[in-house]
Amino acid sequence: MIQITTSDRYNITAARSLMTSLGAFAAGLLVISIIFLAAGVNPLFAISEIFLGSFGSAYGFKETVTKAIPLILIGAGLTLAFRAKFWNIGAEGQLLMGAIFATWTAQTFGEALPSVLIVPLVFGAGFLGGALWGIIPAILKIKYAINEVITTLMLNYICAEILTMLIVGPWKGKTRFGFPGTDNLPESVILGVIPGSRIHYATLILAVVSAAVLTVVIYKTRFGYEARVVGENPDAGKYAGIDFLKTSLILMAISGGLAGFAGVGEVAGIHHYLGYPASVSSGYGFTAIIVAWLAKLNPLYAIFSGLVFAGIVVGGDAIQISLGLPAATVQIVNGILLIFLIMGDYFLHHKVHIRFGKTN
Amino acid sequence: MKKIQRLEMVDICKSFHGVHANKDINLTVNSGEILGLLGENGAGKTTLMNILYGLYQPDGGQIRINGKPIKISNPVESISHGIGMVHQHFMLVQNHSIIENIALGYKDTPFFFPKIKIRERVKEFSRQFDFRMDLNQKVWQLSAGEQQRVEIIKALLNGADLLILDEPTSVLTPQEIRELIDILRRMKADGHSIIFISHKLDEIMDICDRVTVLQKGQIVGNADTKDMDKQGLARMMVGRDVSFKVDREKLEKGSQVLSVEDIHVTGDKGLPAVKGVSFNLYKNEIFGIAGVAGNGQRELAEAITGIRKIDTGSIRVNGQNITNMSPRKIYDYGVSHVPEERIRFGIAPGLFLYDNAILKQHHLKKFSKRYFLKYNQVKNHAKTIISDFKVSTHSINNQIRNLSGGNIQKLILGREISEQPDLLVASHPTYGLDVGATEFLRQHLLQLRRQGSTVLLFSEDLEEIFELCDRVAVIFAGELMGILEADDQRLCDIGLMMAGSKRVGDNTHLPENNQV
Repeated sequence: MIQITTSDRYNITAARSLMTSLGAFAAGLLVISIIFLAAGVNPLFAISEIFLGSFGSAYGFKETVTKAIPLILIGAGLTLAFRAKFWNIGAEGQLLMGAIFATWTAQTFGEALPSVLIVPLVFGAGFLGGALWGIIPAILKIKYAINEVITTLMLNYICAEILTMLIVGPWKGKTRFGFPGTDNLPESVILGVIPGSRIHYATLILAVVSAAVLTVVIYKTRFGYEARVVGENPDAGKYAGIDFLKTSLILMAISGGLAGFAGVGEVAGIHHYLGYPASVSSGYGFTAIIVAWLAKLNPLYAIFSGLVFAGIVVGGDAIQISLGLPAATVQIVNGILLIFLIMGDYFLHHKVHIRFGKTN
Repeated sequence: MKKIQRLEMVDICKSFHGVHANKDINLTVNSGEILGLLGENGAGKTTLMNILYGLYQPDGGQIRINGKPIKISNPVESISHGIGMVHQHFMLVQNHSIIENIALGYKDTPFFFPKIKIRERVKEFSRQFDFRMDLNQKVWQLSAGEQQRVEIIKALLNGADLLILDEPTSVLTPQEIRELIDILRRMKADGHSIIFISHKLDEIMDICDRVTVLQKGQIVGNADTKDMDKQGLARMMVGRDVSFKVDREKLEKGSQVLSVEDIHVTGDKGLPAVKGVSFNLYKNEIFGIAGVAGNGQRELAEAITGIRKIDTGSIRVNGQNITNMSPRKIYDYGVSHVPEERIRFGIAPGLFLYDNAILKQHHLKKFSKRYFLKYNQVKNHAKTIISDFKVSTHSINNQIRNLSGGNIQKLILGREISEQPDLLVASHPTYGLDVGATEFLRQHLLQLRRQGSTVLLFSEDLEEIFELCDRVAVIFAGELMGILEADDQRLCDIGLMMAGSKRVGDNTHLPENNQV
């Protein structure tokens, strides 16, 4: 008879944390290998293709960084919301609203203003758009006790439909030959890229700086303290006289605003016009939820977990093409790695004792 | 014949992150015996009982039943060995009826129509131990004492021969305590063994046959209660003499600090909980509000501290009208609060100890500058509280959820009273504290009084009220039955006043609805 019991682990060192994550990653790859085998693909080849396709080649790495930009921005913002147990599932919509605001600002003022003025203005507009879309659920939750999971999720669809309505209707571009989508943004708005890549460096810098600043906000400021207290125990927050409405508004404005930044980056840095919602963002708002969790709700770590997940997305695309695997492969790889990383987290915080012998 | 004639714990050791919670513990309970387990907060009593109940695995040592070593890996195994536990915080489903709650935990409950089959058995047990309860009542309608009885029936029905009771009396009224003691005596006569954890030495002396005292995870004494007195027990527990009497010197009444005028407050269930209460408090005094729990004390405390809105009436602090201000504003006007449900309201469990040491004070100038918190000051403040209030923890960089209940209490009390408030609203401040900490806390309240603060003390412990308070008010059904000086002879009738059948002072009519 084998007996398995668990107990809490208290002394968690950085080294142990790292080793656990790597171990979980390796175990996840093992299971993925079995699935590749079942699909008739050499797993070693497939996995090496994923890594070569994302981190191991110059082209792949550049693509990985490009896709990491929105993931870092949104993921960092979500760490703040999740700390306060505000379950913001609406980053996708907040990203799109940021993109809408940015597009309007760019199309309206872009011709008249030089880059140094219009680019910050467009980023500001994007932040505002995301923030406004983010504070709606905050108001509904605090004032009317409406569950934020439902509202943030539903607002995604509303925003996507608003965007679609705009690009097939009033904003449909003359240069699109009848296809939905706005005209290209003015030249002054287009973000510069690192030559030979699609990395719009302004947004990249913004993402890294945002993550760093947010870390300070969470751990060093009064607002961060209040957000953490509310997340840990709302009753204690009430007793301590914390203003829930103010705290929720600020944190959703930040969380939504950073998603709005990501929307600006996608429109002004990658696509250069506003198209269908699915082309503006390939589900970054949802993938970033995993990024935030993987970062253990620490915005600084979101930089790394954002890169890892961007790598998986890019690598998945690569094997889809080179091995002719179905599109769902990426999702399977993502899902398995996530499950193993979460399991690793459990083993990081719990000791498992296995005893052999008889029980009575 | 009981399954457990003799239960032994032999050389039990258990440590958490390198700190011994239990070290070489040996104890024995025999059938028909009540063993008292005493110790300061954090002495390791709960850890030891959790090992016996299968919630923790010991690092070393053995548990034996009737001389035969057994292994207990989880509560299910523990129950099958005949061990039952009634936790300090009840584990009942609030929206279910008594019978449903019992059926839920019972091993022979049938899948279909569970209630019918077990109802007869429950009735039989209720008769045997003289529990009078309507089995169809929902748990949320029950008093703490009744909920505890449901827990006891659950354990007995599952065949518990040994019952562990973790601080069973801390939530009960004096009447309910007497009833519990009767039940325990009956169980004892029936051959059950009982392990009784408590801080109240009188109770231990009253019902236990033997007592085992723990200190810092080790046994420091075993004794038969008939050879012991209260002083001796206290000395064994704290390691020094403890004074049960406190010196309250006469002080001149100072200026008015709090004025409560005809306030009406609505309770959680939408019914009026406080009905037209008025009183004034002055500097240099401790004002006690006595009463059976649930007569509006909590609502009154919450109204004064801003957690609950007042329907009509007004509250002034130092002349300033604070009626329905936010809790933070009221705090800034000098009102501190030790809430009744401290663990629920007073801490953020996943945050560090030092984070919790400034809850509600984090916005003050000394802890924050513009948008930032001054973590150096915060940490120093936490260290001061820990050493002043003897909170036992290995570091301030410890999540507060890792501390024992008593130590969390000490931290919250330390935080609220170290700020020298003008008015301290303290609800049952010594609940769950060991004798050493209780003594320290009472001294501290008297010191606050000496330094010119006012204390509004809510307590069910009449001994505490009479020892500490300058004036006493009795609350019943949301109304004050009278406000008297502590040395007023009429306080002999405090029992009648608490039951609502006597009113003293200017207003002599009884409340319209005086059935308890």
